[in-house]
Amino acid sequence: MSWLQTLRVALRALARNKMRSFLTTLGMVIGVCAVIAMVAIGDGAKARVEQAFASMGSNMLIVLPGTTTAGGAMGGFGSQPTLTWDDLKAIQTEVPAVRWAAPALRANAQVLSEDQNWTTSVSGTTPDYFRIRSWALGQGSSIGESDVDGGTKVAVLGQTVVDKLFGPGANPVGQVIRVKNVPFNVVGVLTKKGQSPMGQDYDDGIFIPVSTFQQKIQGGLKNYLAGPMIVSATSAGTTDRAQRQIEALLRDRHRLQPGSDDDFSIRNLSELAAAQQEGTRTLTTLLAAIAAVSLLVGGIGIMNIMLVSVTERTREIGVRMAVGAKAGDIRLQFLVEALSLAVAGGFIGIALGMGLAWRLAASFGWPVLFRPDVIVVAVAFSGVIGVGFGLYPAHKASQLDPIQALRFE
Amino acid sequence: MEHHPMEHDPEERGSTPLIRLEDVAKTYRMGDVEVHALRGVTLSIERGEFTAVMGASGSGKSTLMNILGCLDRPTRGRYLLEGKEVSRFSADRLAEVRNRTVGFVFQNFNLLSRTSALENVELPLLYAGVPTAERHRRAIEALARVGLGDRADHHPNQMSGGQQQRVAIARALVNQPQVILADEPTGNLDSRTSTEVMALFQELGRAGITVVLVTHEPDISEYAARIVVTRDGRILSDQRRTPKRAERSPWEPVAVGEVAP
Repeated sequence: MSWLQTLRVALRALARNKMRSFLTTLGMVIGVCAVIAMVAIGDGAKARVEQAFASMGSNMLIVLPGTTTAGGAMGGFGSQPTLTWDDLKAIQTEVPAVRWAAPALRANAQVLSEDQNWTTSVSGTTPDYFRIRSWALGQGSSIGESDVDGGTKVAVLGQTVVDKLFGPGANPVGQVIRVKNVPFNVVGVLTKKGQSPMGQDYDDGIFIPVSTFQQKIQGGLKNYLAGPMIVSATSAGTTDRAQRQIEALLRDRHRLQPGSDDDFSIRNLSELAAAQQEGTRTLTTLLAAIAAVSLLVGGIGIMNIMLVSVTERTREIGVRMAVGAKAGDIRLQFLVEALSLAVAGGFIGIALGMGLAWRLAASFGWPVLFRPDVIVVAVAFSGVIGVGFGLYPAHKASQLDPIQALRFE
Repeated sequence: MEHHPMEHDPEERGSTPLIRLEDVAKTYRMGDVEVHALRGVTLSIERGEFTAVMGASGSGKSTLMNILGCLDRPTRGRYLLEGKEVSRFSADRLAEVRNRTVGFVFQNFNLLSRTSALENVELPLLYAGVPTAERHRRAIEALARVGLGDRADHHPNQMSGGQQQRVAIARALVNQPQVILADEPTGNLDSRTSTEVMALFQELGRAGITVVLVTHEPDISEYAARIVVTRDGRILSDQRRTPKRAERSPWEPVAVGEVAP
């Protein structure tokens, strides 16, 4: 009997018990649906995390000053200014794996335009800051080295601040804003950057030269940085090396004895990203395990129904054998039935899984990523399940004795 | 016709019989007990002969039919069908013999339910690998031969017992077999339809098809030209006689040309 004939016979047999066939495929449908949705969602989440970390800055490290200890109560990183301007300079010039380093001093302050006000974060920094954050200028010009040297009163605004103070779409370059009663010339506007992985709006802030910040916004010890610095490694592969080199440099400069704690702390953002992705991967693995169990249960369901079907159709098998069906014909027929159930379930599952992924991605605002390889694997896997779990019932059918089968009531 | 029990050997007369059993025995094991279903049967059946096998239940007639139909292999002895020693064939080759040389008719018809008469008749052709168009043509022809050319798309549950048995006979005929084995074919039929079926078998015999019929009804066996009686796994008697002619069927076999497509 030809393959096409076998398939036709199998499909007709399945069509005779439509409800049963449908319920049998349900296990496969759910399993494959879970796999497709899980992979699409996992990839979407991963892409979003990657996007978010890329927007924080490329190959970025954050160096935080040390802690205070007052009567045994630890103050937390940054509570004690331990990093000096010379440290920053040394990191910039002496560490080979570092490309740029910039201070990132911050304060919250009310910012006034002519007729509006807005409380936002004011950062004091240097031109390298924008390079580290790979943050392009939308309009005007950036803070220059001469601004930092001269302590000029210029400001670069984030997009959200522009919207609040001047209205959406306005060009504020050349206007004057006041921070703590100090007038600043707006020289540039940054492009929109979006949100941090924690939902913080990057565009809600203004940037001024670090020297001006220290003079006018937030004073402090002259030689020390009253905040963290951000550092960019030369490439994604060198962030770990940059971290170790900075660590060694700062311990040396701060004359720390071996065995004593660091009086600073270095945060590696690529580690953070890796940790986040690890979390996503754990979730994906968990979902994959659930999907695998579901597919297994689906396969067992198919085997169960095929066994019932073989018993029910014992007489039919006997008749087929009497008129000339070989054991191989019978085996193939039942195998193709199991395979049809599994693959049909697989295709329905793919359709449902894609729909589900679409809906979820739309509601979370994730990119939807459908990978053709996953669809191929899902179909192949459901096929393997169909054959794997169909083999035993099919073999059982093929081994029936035609005489016994014809007498079966 | 003369009666030569046990020594009926057509080879002495110079022709090869269609069926030849030589000292065939069949022993089953049921747990620890050995059941001797056949204890040595020697039998030859000529081409076109219409033979009835009779005997009480447990006499071995069903086992004899199973062996003749290549559904089972003897434990001892030789079975030659068309001169080939089928008792040595593998299961797959036996399936081929059943497909090409043998046609079965059963007491309970054994048609596939929820499957049209046409598809039931096509079944042996499906396993013979006959292409679709020819399969349809030959199945329609076979149905027409049993007078059911116009019922091709009916399902078994839409047919009377007699019609169902005729579909089964069409299925047995469709591969142009040498021998038709009918196991109590009239067991589930009333006497009128039984006569119709017997008339059909007699007609097949005249067309050169060998028919072997198992029955326990003496009035059915009267339509056969030869009666083999089995008892305790042996042949008790083997007689040839002039058969009673079955009454003309109330349905007229429809010629192929007249069959609606």
